[in-house]
Amino acid sequence: MQPDAVPPLLSARGVTKFYDGILGCRDVSFEIWPGEVLGVVGESGSGKTTLLHCISARLEPTAGTVEYMTRHDGPADIYRISEPARRLLMRTDWGFVHQNPREGLRMGVSAGANIGERLMAVGARHYGNIRHAATDWLDKVEMDTGRMDDLPITFSGGMQQRLQIARNLVTAPRIVFMDEPTGGLDVSVQARLLDLLRGLVSDLGLAAVIVTHDLAVARLLSHRLLVMRRGEVVESGLTDQVLDDPQHPYSQLLVSSVIHP
Amino acid sequence: MTAAIEIRDLAKSFTLHNQGGIRLSVLDGFDLEVHEGECVALHGPSGIGKSTVLRCIYANYRTDRGRILVRHRDGSVDMASAHPREVLAVRGETIGYVSQFLRVVPRVAAEDVVAEPLRSRGANREGAAKAARGMLQCLNIPAALHRLAPATFSGGEQQRVNLARVFVADYPVLLLDEPTASLDRENREVAVGLIRAAVGRGAAVVGIFHDSQVRDAVANRTVQLSAMREAA
Repeated sequence: MQPDAVPPLLSARGVTKFYDGILGCRDVSFEIWPGEVLGVVGESGSGKTTLLHCISARLEPTAGTVEYMTRHDGPADIYRISEPARRLLMRTDWGFVHQNPREGLRMGVSAGANIGERLMAVGARHYGNIRHAATDWLDKVEMDTGRMDDLPITFSGGMQQRLQIARNLVTAPRIVFMDEPTGGLDVSVQARLLDLLRGLVSDLGLAAVIVTHDLAVARLLSHRLLVMRRGEVVESGLTDQVLDDPQHPYSQLLVSSVIHP
Repeated sequence: MTAAIEIRDLAKSFTLHNQGGIRLSVLDGFDLEVHEGECVALHGPSGIGKSTVLRCIYANYRTDRGRILVRHRDGSVDMASAHPREVLAVRGETIGYVSQFLRVVPRVAAEDVVAEPLRSRGANREGAAKAARGMLQCLNIPAALHRLAPATFSGGEQQRVNLARVFVADYPVLLLDEPTASLDRENREVAVGLIRAAVGRGAAVVGIFHDSQVRDAVANRTVQLSAMREAA
């Protein structure tokens, strides 16, 4: 079997980010293939979110490259392509799910418009089709389609998070970046969202990078893990390898610190 | 390669960095060959490294040294050195592993948990669900429970779900870590029947069976693990 017969969708090489001399992340390299979920774990301040922003064209790294396999033009350095090309990728091929749904939603327009907006950004104009897609996605993320015309402000945190996910997936992206997607939610809502995310990832063949500090979430959602500490990746491997047989002192500490209910 | 599993000179130790850097050597120079249609029972006292052997084969444990060749498709894969994506491919098609614990997404129904290995191989939803219900039924999980999440099940029921999701797919290699430990007599017999049927169709099985009746009923061969643990 040739594992490298399919080229990776995204390759990060030596990604490093300093904020005015303060280390965000240093020398991070990994590859991610279509249909694969990569978890990034580590304590607060370990550089997880910085890395996520660097690899999703939201924050240019101080050093290193991020290469993305475009649909038509082969691999491209996401910080070397033109601004319009990068914007198009961010609106179509990529999704970004923020921990706080308010950062990823437009709170002043209806749920339906939040979903429709991303479709219109890629050229959809037919009102009926857009509304149909919005209904379809509300249903997929298990929301009452009767709430289509309500403002997100009237939704619970869990519903807002599901709406944010629907808004991101409606353009059929190939990779989704998620920052603590189940972070601010109570456990019962978190369980529903986990189930939903896992189903969507496997049914749609999406690739995803999921930043989380919750090892249980990482175990259930991700195929592979990066463990970060002080801006650097201290260990990586298959998720169950890292969690069942951690090698680095810090990974061992992380795993042994989890309380099992 | 003629064996379904061929382990050569396997060494595995654990270094506990947060407990004074203690190093525990569990396996050192371990060899094992398992052929198709054969069930090998690993035997020895608790803590000797039986589960470690299974986990090294499944590759959720890393190894210090040695090769673990598993026959996969038309070739063989060294689980000790394979690329993570290759390991996942081998697990998806070739190796079924019954661990002592059931780990699943909280809200997912038992039937969907069991159907998953078939779905991930590309089976259609209805066919996979039907096979899953059949296997749950066979392990005496009543139909009323099939749509419920196994988190609410008893220990014995959870273990049967664990068995069902491995035996629903015809894996050529099976790793069984005390598969009957929390089962009652009736379900133990069902499990024994499933293991024997798997061996009968040519599966290579490595298992840990504390229950000697179960071991005698399924194993063609017993491999004794001897102590080599030392703190350094």
